[in-house]
Amino acid sequence: MHPAPSVILFSTLSGLGLGLMFWLGLGLPAVTGWSAFGLYFIAYALAVGGLMLSAFHLANPKNAPKAFSQWRTSWLSREAWAAVIALLAVAVHAIGVIFFDTRLAVIGAIGSALALLTVLTTSMIYTQIRAVPRWNQVTTPILFLTLSLAGGALLAGQVTAAAMLLPLAGIAQLVHWHIGDARARGPDSTPESATGLGGKGRVRLFEPPHTGSNYLLHEMVYRIGRKHALRLRVFAIVLMVVAPALLLIVPFSPLILALAALSHLAGVLASRWLFFAEAEHVVGLYYGQR
Amino acid sequence: MTQLPEHTERSLGLVIDLDTCVGCHACVVACKGWNTETHGAPLSDTDPYGAAPEGTFLNRIHSFEVQPEAGPAQLVHFPKSCLHCEDAPCVTVCPTGASFKRAEDGIVLVNEDDCMGCGLCAWACPYGAREMDAAAGVMKKCTLCVDRIYNTNLPEEDREPACVRTCPAGARHFGDLSDPASDVSRLVAERGGMDLMPEQGTKPVNKYLPPRPRDSWPEEQSDTLAPFLAPVTEEAGGFLGWLDRALEQLPGGRA
Repeated sequence: MHPAPSVILFSTLSGLGLGLMFWLGLGLPAVTGWSAFGLYFIAYALAVGGLMLSAFHLANPKNAPKAFSQWRTSWLSREAWAAVIALLAVAVHAIGVIFFDTRLAVIGAIGSALALLTVLTTSMIYTQIRAVPRWNQVTTPILFLTLSLAGGALLAGQVTAAAMLLPLAGIAQLVHWHIGDARARGPDSTPESATGLGGKGRVRLFEPPHTGSNYLLHEMVYRIGRKHALRLRVFAIVLMVVAPALLLIVPFSPLILALAALSHLAGVLASRWLFFAEAEHVVGLYYGQR
Repeated sequence: MTQLPEHTERSLGLVIDLDTCVGCHACVVACKGWNTETHGAPLSDTDPYGAAPEGTFLNRIHSFEVQPEAGPAQLVHFPKSCLHCEDAPCVTVCPTGASFKRAEDGIVLVNEDDCMGCGLCAWACPYGAREMDAAAGVMKKCTLCVDRIYNTNLPEEDREPACVRTCPAGARHFGDLSDPASDVSRLVAERGGMDLMPEQGTKPVNKYLPPRPRDSWPEEQSDTLAPFLAPVTEEAGGFLGWLDRALEQLPGGRA
Protein backbone atom coordinates (compact mmCIF):
# COMPACT_ATOMS: atom_id res chain seq x y z
CA MET A 1 0.00 0.00 0.00
CA HIS A 2 0.87 3.62 0.02
CA PRO A 3 2.70 3.94 3.35
CA ALA A 4 1.02 7.10 4.69
CA PRO A 5 3.45 8.75 7.15
CA SER A 6 0.58 9.69 9.49
CA VAL A 7 -0.50 6.07 9.91
CA ILE A 8 3.08 4.79 10.36
CA LEU A 9 3.88 7.45 12.96
CA PHE A 10 0.54 6.97 14.69
CA SER A 11 0.82 3.21 15.16
CA THR A 12 4.51 3.38 16.13
CA LEU A 13 4.30 6.27 18.60
CA SER A 14 1.00 5.35 20.22
CA GLY A 15 2.17 1.73 20.48
CA LEU A 16 5.27 2.88 22.38
CA GLY A 17 3.32 5.32 24.57
CA LEU A 18 0.68 2.74 25.47
CA GLY A 19 3.45 0.20 26.16
CA LEU A 20 5.03 2.67 28.61
CA MET A 21 1.61 3.18 30.24
CA PHE A 22 1.35 -0.58 30.73
CA TRP A 23 4.53 -0.67 32.87
CA LEU A 24 3.72 2.55 34.73
CA GLY A 25 0.27 1.22 35.62
CA LEU A 26 1.90 -1.82 37.23
CA GLY A 27 4.12 0.48 39.31
CA LEU A 28 7.24 -0.48 37.35
CA PRO A 29 9.12 1.68 38.14
CA ALA A 30 7.34 2.80 41.34
CA VAL A 31 7.87 6.51 40.77
CA THR A 32 6.09 9.45 42.36
CA GLY A 33 6.17 13.24 42.06
CA TRP A 34 8.28 14.88 39.39
CA SER A 35 9.90 11.73 38.05
CA ALA A 36 6.43 10.20 37.65
CA PHE A 37 5.32 13.39 35.90
CA GLY A 38 8.22 13.09 33.45
CA LEU A 39 7.45 9.48 32.55
CA TYR A 40 3.71 10.06 32.24
CA PHE A 41 4.40 13.14 30.14
CA ILE A 42 6.41 11.01 27.69
CA ALA A 43 3.71 8.30 27.66
CA TYR A 44 0.89 10.76 26.98
CA ALA A 45 2.87 12.75 24.41
CA LEU A 46 3.52 9.55 22.45
CA ALA A 47 0.05 8.03 22.80
CA VAL A 48 -2.06 11.18 22.34
CA GLY A 49 0.32 12.62 19.72
CA GLY A 50 0.08 9.38 17.78
CA LEU A 51 -3.71 9.27 18.01
CA MET A 52 -3.96 12.86 16.82
CA LEU A 53 -1.68 12.07 13.88
CA SER A 54 -4.07 9.31 12.82
CA ALA A 55 -6.71 11.97 12.11
CA PHE A 56 -4.49 13.37 9.35
CA HIS A 57 -5.22 10.48 7.02
CA LEU A 58 -8.97 11.11 7.13
CA ALA A 59 -10.41 12.68 3.99
CA ASN A 60 -13.40 14.07 5.88
CA PRO A 61 -12.30 14.57 9.51
CA LYS A 62 -15.41 16.50 10.55
CA ASN A 63 -17.22 13.18 10.89
CA ALA A 64 -14.46 11.65 13.05
CA PRO A 65 -16.54 11.81 16.29
CA LYS A 66 -19.01 9.40 14.67
CA ALA A 67 -16.24 6.77 14.74
CA PHE A 68 -17.33 5.92 18.31
CA SER A 69 -20.70 4.63 17.13
CA GLN A 70 -20.05 1.21 15.56
CA TRP A 71 -18.11 -0.66 18.26
CA ARG A 72 -20.32 -3.72 17.77
CA THR A 73 -18.68 -4.62 14.45
CA SER A 74 -15.80 -2.24 13.74
CA TRP A 75 -12.30 -2.65 15.21
CA LEU A 76 -11.56 0.98 14.33
CA SER A 77 -14.53 2.06 16.45
CA ARG A 78 -13.41 -0.26 19.26
CA GLU A 79 -9.95 1.27 19.06
CA ALA A 80 -11.44 4.73 19.54
CA TRP A 81 -13.29 3.60 22.70
CA ALA A 82 -10.37 1.57 24.07
CA ALA A 83 -7.99 4.50 23.58
CA VAL A 84 -10.22 7.03 25.35
CA ILE A 85 -11.05 4.72 28.29
CA ALA A 86 -7.40 3.63 28.64
CA LEU A 87 -6.14 7.23 28.65
CA LEU A 88 -8.72 8.18 31.31
CA ALA A 89 -7.99 5.18 33.57
CA VAL A 90 -4.24 5.75 33.31
CA ALA A 91 -4.80 9.45 34.07
CA VAL A 92 -6.52 8.62 37.39
CA HIS A 93 -3.56 6.46 38.40
CA ALA A 94 -1.11 9.12 37.17
CA ILE A 95 -2.76 11.90 39.23
CA GLY A 96 -2.50 9.67 42.31
CA VAL A 97 1.23 9.02 41.98
CA ILE A 98 2.20 12.49 40.74
CA PHE A 99 0.24 14.74 43.08
CA PHE A 100 -0.78 12.63 46.07
CA ASP A 101 2.10 10.18 46.40
CA THR A 102 -0.55 7.43 46.42
CA ARG A 103 -0.65 4.44 44.13
CA LEU A 104 -4.12 3.14 43.28
CA ALA A 105 -2.90 -0.33 42.39
CA VAL A 106 -6.23 -1.68 41.07
CA ILE A 107 -6.88 1.31 38.82
CA GLY A 108 -3.27 1.16 37.70
CA ALA A 109 -3.65 -2.50 36.72
CA ILE A 110 -6.92 -1.75 34.90
CA GLY A 111 -5.15 1.07 33.04
CA SER A 112 -2.34 -1.33 32.07
CA ALA A 113 -4.80 -3.87 30.72
CA LEU A 114 -6.70 -1.19 28.79
CA ALA A 115 -3.47 0.19 27.30
CA LEU A 116 -2.65 -3.27 25.94
CA LEU A 117 -6.23 -3.70 24.76
CA THR A 118 -5.88 -0.48 22.75
CA VAL A 119 -2.77 -1.85 21.03
CA LEU A 120 -4.68 -5.06 20.30
CA THR A 121 -7.57 -3.13 18.70
CA THR A 122 -5.10 -1.21 16.52
CA SER A 123 -3.52 -4.45 15.32
CA MET A 124 -6.93 -6.02 14.67
CA ILE A 125 -7.83 -3.21 12.23
CA TYR A 126 -5.17 -4.65 9.94
CA THR A 127 -5.43 -8.31 10.95
CA GLN A 128 -9.13 -8.51 10.05
CA ILE A 129 -8.56 -7.50 6.42
CA ARG A 130 -8.72 -10.76 4.52
CA ALA A 131 -8.01 -8.98 1.24
CA VAL A 132 -4.43 -8.36 2.46
CA PRO A 133 -3.11 -11.90 3.04
CA ARG A 134 0.12 -10.63 4.63
CA TRP A 135 -1.81 -8.92 7.44
CA ASN A 136 -4.57 -11.48 7.87
CA GLN A 137 -2.63 -13.81 10.22
CA VAL A 138 -2.34 -14.50 13.92
CA THR A 139 1.16 -13.07 14.33
CA THR A 140 0.05 -9.54 13.41
CA PRO A 141 -1.49 -8.82 16.85
CA ILE A 142 1.37 -10.73 18.54
CA LEU A 143 3.90 -8.53 16.74
CA PHE A 144 2.12 -5.28 17.67
CA LEU A 145 1.73 -6.38 21.31
CA THR A 146 5.28 -7.63 21.84
CA LEU A 147 6.73 -4.50 20.22
CA SER A 148 4.57 -2.30 22.41
CA LEU A 149 5.55 -4.21 25.57
CA ALA A 150 9.26 -4.28 24.69
CA GLY A 151 9.39 -0.61 23.71
CA GLY A 152 7.44 0.36 26.82
CA ALA A 153 9.85 -1.64 28.99
CA LEU A 154 12.81 0.20 27.45
CA LEU A 155 11.23 3.60 28.12
CA ALA A 156 10.25 2.55 31.66
CA GLY A 157 13.81 1.40 32.34
CA GLN A 158 12.72 -2.19 32.98
CA VAL A 159 16.03 -3.67 31.86
CA THR A 160 15.32 -7.33 32.68
CA ALA A 161 11.85 -7.26 31.12
CA ALA A 162 13.16 -5.45 28.05
CA ALA A 163 16.02 -7.95 27.69
CA MET A 164 13.46 -10.76 27.59
CA LEU A 165 10.79 -9.01 25.50
CA LEU A 166 13.08 -7.64 22.76
CA PRO A 167 14.10 -11.12 21.52
CA LEU A 168 10.45 -12.19 21.72
CA ALA A 169 9.43 -9.22 19.56
CA GLY A 170 12.25 -10.09 17.19
CA ILE A 171 11.00 -13.67 16.87
CA ALA A 172 7.44 -12.39 16.33
CA GLN A 173 8.74 -10.11 13.58
CA LEU A 174 10.66 -12.89 11.83
CA VAL A 175 7.70 -15.26 12.00
CA HIS A 176 5.40 -12.49 10.76
CA TRP A 177 7.62 -11.93 7.72
CA HIS A 178 7.94 -15.65 7.11
CA ILE A 179 4.19 -16.41 7.26
CA GLY A 180 3.44 -13.15 5.45
CA ASP A 181 5.73 -14.03 2.54
CA ALA A 182 4.14 -17.46 2.24
CA ARG A 183 0.62 -16.02 2.37
CA ALA A 184 1.41 -13.25 -0.12
CA ARG A 185 2.79 -15.81 -2.60
CA GLY A 186 0.17 -18.38 -1.72
CA PRO A 187 -2.46 -19.75 -4.05
CA ASP A 188 -5.39 -18.33 -2.05
CA SER A 189 -6.56 -15.65 -4.48
CA THR A 190 -5.23 -15.65 -8.03
CA PRO A 191 -6.04 -13.85 -11.30
CA GLU A 192 -7.97 -17.03 -12.13
CA SER A 193 -10.14 -16.93 -8.98
CA ALA A 194 -10.55 -13.16 -9.24
CA THR A 195 -12.06 -13.44 -12.72
CA GLY A 196 -13.61 -16.91 -12.39
CA LEU A 197 -11.97 -17.79 -15.70
CA GLY A 198 -9.44 -20.30 -14.34
CA GLY A 199 -11.27 -23.27 -15.86
CA LYS A 200 -10.46 -21.97 -19.33
CA GLY A 201 -6.75 -21.31 -18.95
CA ARG A 202 -4.19 -18.94 -17.55
CA VAL A 203 -5.51 -15.41 -17.00
CA ARG A 204 -3.46 -12.31 -17.77
CA LEU A 205 -4.50 -8.65 -17.78
CA PHE A 206 -4.69 -7.65 -21.44
CA GLU A 207 -5.88 -4.08 -21.10
CA PRO A 208 -6.42 -2.12 -17.89
CA PRO A 209 -9.71 -0.23 -17.50
CA HIS A 210 -8.05 3.15 -17.98
CA THR A 211 -4.75 4.61 -19.11
CA GLY A 212 -4.28 6.76 -16.00
CA SER A 213 -4.17 5.84 -12.35
CA ASN A 214 -6.93 5.72 -9.74
CA TYR A 215 -7.58 5.70 -5.99
CA LEU A 216 -7.19 1.91 -5.76
CA LEU A 217 -3.83 1.93 -7.51
CA HIS A 218 -2.52 4.80 -5.37
CA GLU A 219 -3.71 3.24 -2.12
CA MET A 220 -3.42 -0.50 -2.54
CA VAL A 221 -1.21 -1.38 -5.48
CA TYR A 222 1.60 0.99 -4.55
CA ARG A 223 4.92 -0.72 -5.07
CA ILE A 224 7.66 1.70 -4.15
CA GLY A 225 10.43 0.49 -1.91
CA ARG A 226 9.71 -3.22 -2.27
CA LYS A 227 13.00 -3.79 -4.08
CA HIS A 228 14.79 -2.63 -0.92
CA ALA A 229 12.60 -4.81 1.26
CA LEU A 230 15.31 -7.26 2.30
CA ARG A 231 17.80 -4.52 3.20
CA LEU A 232 15.09 -2.69 5.13
CA ARG A 233 14.21 -5.87 7.00
CA VAL A 234 17.81 -6.31 8.14
CA PHE A 235 17.92 -2.62 9.06
CA ALA A 236 14.66 -2.94 11.02
CA ILE A 237 15.57 -6.07 12.98
CA VAL A 238 19.06 -4.77 13.86
CA LEU A 239 17.84 -1.37 15.08
CA MET A 240 14.66 -2.65 16.68
CA VAL A 241 15.94 -5.74 18.52
CA VAL A 242 19.64 -6.55 18.17
CA ALA A 243 21.16 -3.13 18.94
CA PRO A 244 18.94 -2.34 21.96
CA ALA A 245 19.42 -5.86 23.35
CA LEU A 246 23.22 -5.52 23.09
CA LEU A 247 23.09 -2.08 24.71
CA LEU A 248 21.24 -3.59 27.67
CA ILE A 249 24.22 -5.88 28.36
CA VAL A 250 26.40 -2.81 28.94
CA PRO A 251 26.29 -1.59 32.61
CA PHE A 252 23.10 0.40 33.10
CA SER A 253 23.14 4.14 32.54
CA PRO A 254 20.31 6.49 31.52
CA LEU A 255 22.24 7.54 28.42
CA ILE A 256 22.64 3.94 27.23
CA LEU A 257 18.94 3.32 27.88
CA ALA A 258 17.96 6.42 25.89
CA LEU A 259 20.20 5.26 23.05
CA ALA A 260 18.61 1.80 23.13
CA ALA A 261 15.10 3.35 23.09
CA LEU A 262 15.96 5.62 20.14
CA SER A 263 17.45 2.73 18.19
CA HIS A 264 14.33 0.67 18.95
CA LEU A 265 12.07 3.52 17.79
CA ALA A 266 13.95 3.85 14.49
CA GLY A 267 13.73 0.08 13.99
CA VAL A 268 9.99 -0.03 14.68
CA LEU A 269 9.45 2.83 12.22
CA ALA A 270 11.30 0.86 9.54
CA SER A 271 9.35 -2.29 10.40
CA ARG A 272 6.03 -0.43 10.28
CA TRP A 273 6.97 1.22 7.00
CA LEU A 274 7.55 -2.25 5.55
CA PHE A 275 4.30 -3.51 7.09
CA PHE A 276 2.39 -1.02 4.95
CA ALA A 277 4.66 -0.87 1.89
CA GLU A 278 4.71 -4.66 1.49
CA ALA A 279 0.96 -5.13 1.99
CA GLU A 280 -0.17 -6.69 -1.27
CA HIS A 281 -3.93 -6.25 -1.65
CA VAL A 282 -5.77 -8.85 -3.74
CA VAL A 283 -7.36 -6.06 -5.81
CA GLY A 284 -3.96 -5.90 -7.52
CA LEU A 285 -4.95 -9.14 -9.29
CA TYR A 286 -7.44 -7.14 -11.37
CA TYR A 287 -4.61 -4.80 -12.39
CA GLY A 288 -2.04 -7.40 -13.40
CA GLN A 289 -0.13 -7.05 -10.13
CA ARG A 290 0.32 -9.32 -7.20
CA MET B 1 -25.75 0.46 11.21
CA THR B 2 -22.80 -1.70 10.27
CA GLN B 3 -24.26 -4.98 11.50
CA LEU B 4 -25.20 -7.03 8.46
CA PRO B 5 -28.88 -8.01 8.25
CA GLU B 6 -29.40 -11.69 9.09
CA HIS B 7 -31.80 -11.98 6.21
CA THR B 8 -32.64 -9.70 3.30
CA GLU B 9 -36.16 -9.81 1.87
CA ARG B 10 -34.75 -9.60 -1.64
CA SER B 11 -31.22 -9.78 -3.05
CA LEU B 12 -31.14 -7.26 -5.85
CA GLY B 13 -28.07 -7.47 -8.02
CA LEU B 14 -26.56 -7.79 -11.46
CA VAL B 15 -25.80 -10.74 -13.66
CA ILE B 16 -22.99 -9.93 -16.07
CA ASP B 17 -22.53 -12.01 -19.21
CA LEU B 18 -18.83 -12.30 -20.02
CA ASP B 19 -19.76 -14.05 -23.26
CA THR B 20 -21.72 -11.10 -24.58
CA CYS B 21 -19.78 -8.10 -23.25
CA VAL B 22 -17.97 -6.38 -26.10
CA GLY B 23 -15.93 -4.06 -23.87
CA CYS B 24 -17.41 -0.83 -25.25
CA HIS B 25 -17.40 0.97 -21.85
CA ALA B 26 -20.90 2.38 -22.47
CA CYS B 27 -21.95 1.19 -18.99
CA VAL B 28 -18.97 3.03 -17.49
CA VAL B 29 -20.06 6.28 -19.10
CA ALA B 30 -23.75 5.78 -18.28
CA CYS B 31 -22.85 5.03 -14.64
CA LYS B 32 -20.60 8.04 -14.31
CA GLY B 33 -23.21 10.25 -15.98
CA TRP B 34 -26.15 9.19 -13.84
CA ASN B 35 -24.29 9.08 -10.55
CA THR B 36 -22.58 12.42 -10.99
CA GLU B 37 -25.81 14.26 -11.78
CA THR B 38 -28.11 12.88 -9.11
CA HIS B 39 -27.93 12.56 -5.33
CA GLY B 40 -24.74 12.64 -3.28
CA ALA B 41 -21.33 14.08 -4.04
CA PRO B 42 -20.59 14.12 -7.79
CA LEU B 43 -17.97 11.70 -9.14
CA SER B 44 -15.09 14.11 -9.53
CA ASP B 45 -12.21 14.10 -11.97
CA THR B 46 -8.78 15.44 -11.18
CA ASP B 47 -6.65 16.96 -13.93
CA PRO B 48 -9.24 15.89 -16.56
CA TYR B 49 -7.63 17.78 -19.44
CA GLY B 50 -4.04 17.60 -18.20
CA ALA B 51 -1.21 15.11 -18.47
CA ALA B 52 -2.45 12.69 -15.79
CA PRO B 53 -6.24 12.59 -15.79
CA GLU B 54 -7.92 10.56 -13.05
CA GLY B 55 -11.41 10.23 -11.72
CA THR B 56 -13.84 8.40 -9.50
CA PHE B 57 -15.75 5.59 -11.19
CA LEU B 58 -18.20 3.06 -9.74
CA ASN B 59 -17.88 0.66 -12.64
CA ARG B 60 -14.79 -0.19 -14.67
CA ILE B 61 -14.10 -2.58 -17.52
CA HIS B 62 -10.95 -4.67 -17.44
CA SER B 63 -9.94 -6.89 -20.35
CA PHE B 64 -8.26 -10.23 -19.70
CA GLU B 65 -6.48 -12.66 -21.95
CA VAL B 66 -7.20 -16.31 -21.18
CA GLN B 67 -4.59 -18.69 -22.51
CA PRO B 68 -5.72 -22.33 -22.62
CA GLU B 69 -3.31 -25.30 -22.59
CA ALA B 70 -3.63 -25.59 -26.36
CA GLY B 71 -5.04 -23.28 -28.99
CA PRO B 72 -5.28 -19.53 -29.26
CA ALA B 73 -5.85 -17.12 -26.39
CA GLN B 74 -9.31 -15.68 -25.79
CA LEU B 75 -10.05 -12.06 -24.91
CA VAL B 76 -12.66 -11.53 -22.17
CA HIS B 77 -14.02 -8.09 -21.34
CA PHE B 78 -14.71 -7.93 -17.67
CA PRO B 79 -16.99 -5.26 -16.15
CA LYS B 80 -16.48 -4.84 -12.40
CA SER B 81 -18.58 -2.92 -9.90
CA CYS B 82 -19.87 -3.54 -6.36
CA LEU B 83 -21.11 -7.13 -5.95
CA HIS B 84 -23.46 -6.20 -3.04
CA CYS B 85 -22.07 -9.14 -1.03
CA GLU B 86 -24.21 -10.98 1.49
CA ASP B 87 -21.26 -11.04 3.88
CA ALA B 88 -19.93 -7.61 2.97
CA PRO B 89 -16.61 -6.99 4.79
CA CYS B 90 -16.73 -3.31 3.79
CA VAL B 91 -19.83 -2.75 5.95
CA THR B 92 -18.70 -4.28 9.21
CA VAL B 93 -15.33 -2.47 9.30
CA CYS B 94 -16.95 0.99 9.01
CA PRO B 95 -16.46 2.87 12.30
CA THR B 96 -18.98 5.66 11.72
CA GLY B 97 -22.03 3.71 10.54
CA ALA B 98 -21.88 5.34 7.10
CA SER B 99 -21.79 1.93 5.37
CA PHE B 100 -24.80 -0.31 5.57
CA LYS B 101 -26.58 -3.16 3.83
CA ARG B 102 -30.32 -2.75 3.40
CA ALA B 103 -32.50 -5.50 4.86
CA GLU B 104 -35.28 -4.92 2.31
CA ASP B 105 -33.29 -5.45 -0.90
CA GLY B 106 -29.68 -6.21 0.08
CA ILE B 107 -28.20 -3.09 -1.54
CA VAL B 108 -24.92 -1.94 0.07
CA LEU B 109 -24.85 1.85 0.42
CA VAL B 110 -22.78 4.65 1.94
CA ASN B 111 -24.42 7.50 3.79
CA GLU B 112 -22.05 10.29 2.80
CA ASP B 113 -23.20 12.53 5.68
CA ASP B 114 -21.62 10.05 8.11
CA CYS B 115 -18.47 9.06 6.18
CA MET B 116 -15.19 10.36 7.63
CA GLY B 117 -13.08 9.22 4.69
CA CYS B 118 -10.82 6.78 6.54
CA GLY B 119 -10.76 4.42 3.55
CA LEU B 120 -10.93 1.24 5.66
CA CYS B 121 -13.98 -0.09 3.75
CA ALA B 122 -12.10 0.20 0.46
CA TRP B 123 -9.31 -1.82 2.06
CA ALA B 124 -11.72 -4.47 3.28
CA CYS B 125 -13.22 -4.96 -0.20
CA PRO B 126 -11.25 -7.57 -2.18
CA TYR B 127 -12.80 -6.43 -5.47
CA GLY B 128 -11.80 -2.76 -5.51
CA ALA B 129 -15.46 -1.74 -5.71
CA ARG B 130 -15.12 1.37 -3.54
CA GLU B 131 -13.24 4.52 -4.45
CA MET B 132 -12.68 7.59 -2.31
CA ASP B 133 -13.67 10.73 -4.13
CA ALA B 134 -10.66 13.03 -4.25
CA ALA B 135 -12.74 16.22 -4.21
CA ALA B 136 -15.50 15.31 -1.73
CA GLY B 137 -13.39 13.17 0.63
CA VAL B 138 -16.14 10.58 1.01
CA MET B 139 -16.34 6.97 -0.15
CA LYS B 140 -18.23 6.33 -3.38
CA LYS B 141 -19.64 3.04 -4.56
CA CYS B 142 -22.28 1.50 -6.81
CA THR B 143 -25.77 2.15 -5.42
CA LEU B 144 -27.39 -0.26 -7.88
CA CYS B 145 -29.02 3.01 -9.00
CA VAL B 146 -31.30 2.94 -5.98
CA ASP B 147 -32.57 6.33 -7.17
CA ARG B 148 -33.72 4.83 -10.49
CA ILE B 149 -35.08 1.40 -9.66
CA TYR B 150 -37.80 2.69 -7.29
CA ASN B 151 -38.27 6.06 -9.04
CA THR B 152 -41.89 6.38 -10.13
CA ASN B 153 -41.07 9.63 -11.94
CA LEU B 154 -39.20 7.59 -14.53
CA PRO B 155 -40.89 5.58 -17.29
CA GLU B 156 -41.10 1.93 -16.27
CA GLU B 157 -38.43 0.77 -18.72
CA ASP B 158 -35.91 3.14 -17.13
CA ARG B 159 -36.38 1.73 -13.63
CA GLU B 160 -33.21 -0.34 -13.76
CA PRO B 161 -29.55 0.57 -13.16
CA ALA B 162 -28.10 2.98 -15.73
CA CYS B 163 -25.43 0.45 -16.76
CA VAL B 164 -28.06 -2.21 -17.51
CA ARG B 165 -30.31 0.26 -19.32
CA THR B 166 -27.52 1.44 -21.59
CA CYS B 167 -25.69 -1.81 -22.43
CA PRO B 168 -26.01 -2.16 -26.22
CA ALA B 169 -25.01 -5.83 -26.13
CA GLY B 170 -27.50 -6.92 -23.48
CA ALA B 171 -24.64 -8.22 -21.37
CA ARG B 172 -25.97 -6.85 -18.08
CA HIS B 173 -29.08 -8.09 -16.30
CA PHE B 174 -30.76 -6.75 -13.18
CA GLY B 175 -33.10 -8.57 -10.84
CA ASP B 176 -33.76 -10.38 -7.57
CA LEU B 177 -31.24 -13.18 -7.14
CA SER B 178 -32.98 -14.52 -4.02
CA ASP B 179 -36.01 -15.51 -6.11
CA PRO B 180 -35.20 -18.77 -7.93
CA ALA B 181 -37.93 -18.05 -10.49
CA SER B 182 -36.57 -14.63 -11.52
CA ASP B 183 -35.03 -14.16 -14.95
CA VAL B 184 -31.60 -13.47 -13.45
CA SER B 185 -31.70 -16.58 -11.25
CA ARG B 186 -32.69 -18.71 -14.24
CA LEU B 187 -29.82 -17.25 -16.26
CA VAL B 188 -27.41 -18.10 -13.46
CA ALA B 189 -28.75 -21.65 -13.25
CA GLU B 190 -28.69 -22.25 -17.01
CA ARG B 191 -25.34 -20.66 -17.76
CA GLY B 192 -23.40 -21.71 -14.67
CA GLY B 193 -23.18 -18.25 -13.09
CA MET B 194 -20.19 -17.89 -10.79
CA ASP B 195 -18.86 -15.88 -7.83
CA LEU B 196 -15.68 -13.83 -7.99
CA MET B 197 -13.04 -14.83 -5.41
CA PRO B 198 -15.30 -17.25 -3.50
CA GLU B 199 -12.31 -17.97 -1.23
CA GLN B 200 -12.66 -14.49 0.29
CA GLY B 201 -15.92 -15.60 1.90
CA THR B 202 -17.89 -12.51 0.87
CA LYS B 203 -20.81 -14.38 -0.77
CA PRO B 204 -21.33 -11.91 -3.62
CA VAL B 205 -24.89 -11.36 -4.85
CA ASN B 206 -23.78 -10.33 -8.36
CA LYS B 207 -22.98 -13.27 -10.59
CA TYR B 208 -20.84 -13.60 -13.72
CA LEU B 209 -21.78 -15.84 -16.64
CA PRO B 210 -18.67 -17.51 -18.08
CA PRO B 211 -17.87 -17.20 -21.80
CA ARG B 212 -19.43 -20.03 -23.84
CA PRO B 213 -16.95 -22.58 -25.28
CA ARG B 214 -15.48 -21.47 -28.60
CA ASP B 215 -15.33 -23.59 -31.78
CA SER B 216 -12.42 -25.98 -31.61
CA TRP B 217 -9.10 -25.02 -33.17
CA PRO B 218 -8.54 -26.22 -36.81
CA GLU B 219 -5.90 -28.84 -35.89
CA GLU B 220 -8.59 -30.88 -34.22
CA GLN B 221 -11.15 -30.17 -36.93
CA SER B 222 -11.88 -32.39 -39.89
CA ASP B 223 -11.54 -29.80 -42.63
CA THR B 224 -12.71 -31.21 -45.98
CA LEU B 225 -10.90 -28.60 -48.07
CA ALA B 226 -7.59 -28.60 -46.21
CA PRO B 227 -6.07 -31.66 -48.00
CA PHE B 228 -6.61 -30.03 -51.42
CA LEU B 229 -5.02 -26.80 -50.31
CA ALA B 230 -1.94 -28.41 -48.79
CA PRO B 231 1.32 -27.42 -50.55
CA VAL B 232 2.46 -30.13 -52.99
CA THR B 233 6.18 -29.55 -52.35
CA GLU B 234 8.11 -28.14 -49.44
CA GLU B 235 11.09 -27.28 -51.71
CA ALA B 236 11.03 -24.07 -53.70
CA GLY B 237 11.34 -24.63 -57.47
CA GLY B 238 12.26 -22.58 -60.55
CA PHE B 239 14.49 -19.53 -60.36
CA LEU B 240 13.88 -19.00 -56.63
CA GLY B 241 14.78 -22.64 -55.98
CA TRP B 242 18.04 -22.28 -57.93
CA LEU B 243 18.84 -19.03 -56.07
CA ASP B 244 18.12 -20.67 -52.76
CA ARG B 245 20.44 -23.62 -53.54
CA ALA B 246 23.13 -21.35 -54.98
CA LEU B 247 23.15 -19.11 -51.90
CA GLU B 248 23.43 -22.15 -49.66
CA GLN B 249 26.69 -23.08 -51.45
CA LEU B 250 28.33 -19.85 -50.33
CA PRO B 251 30.44 -19.92 -47.14
CA GLY B 252 28.17 -19.70 -44.09
CA GLY B 253 25.14 -20.52 -46.22
CA ARG B 254 24.16 -23.82 -44.66
CA ALA B 255 24.19 -24.32 -40.98
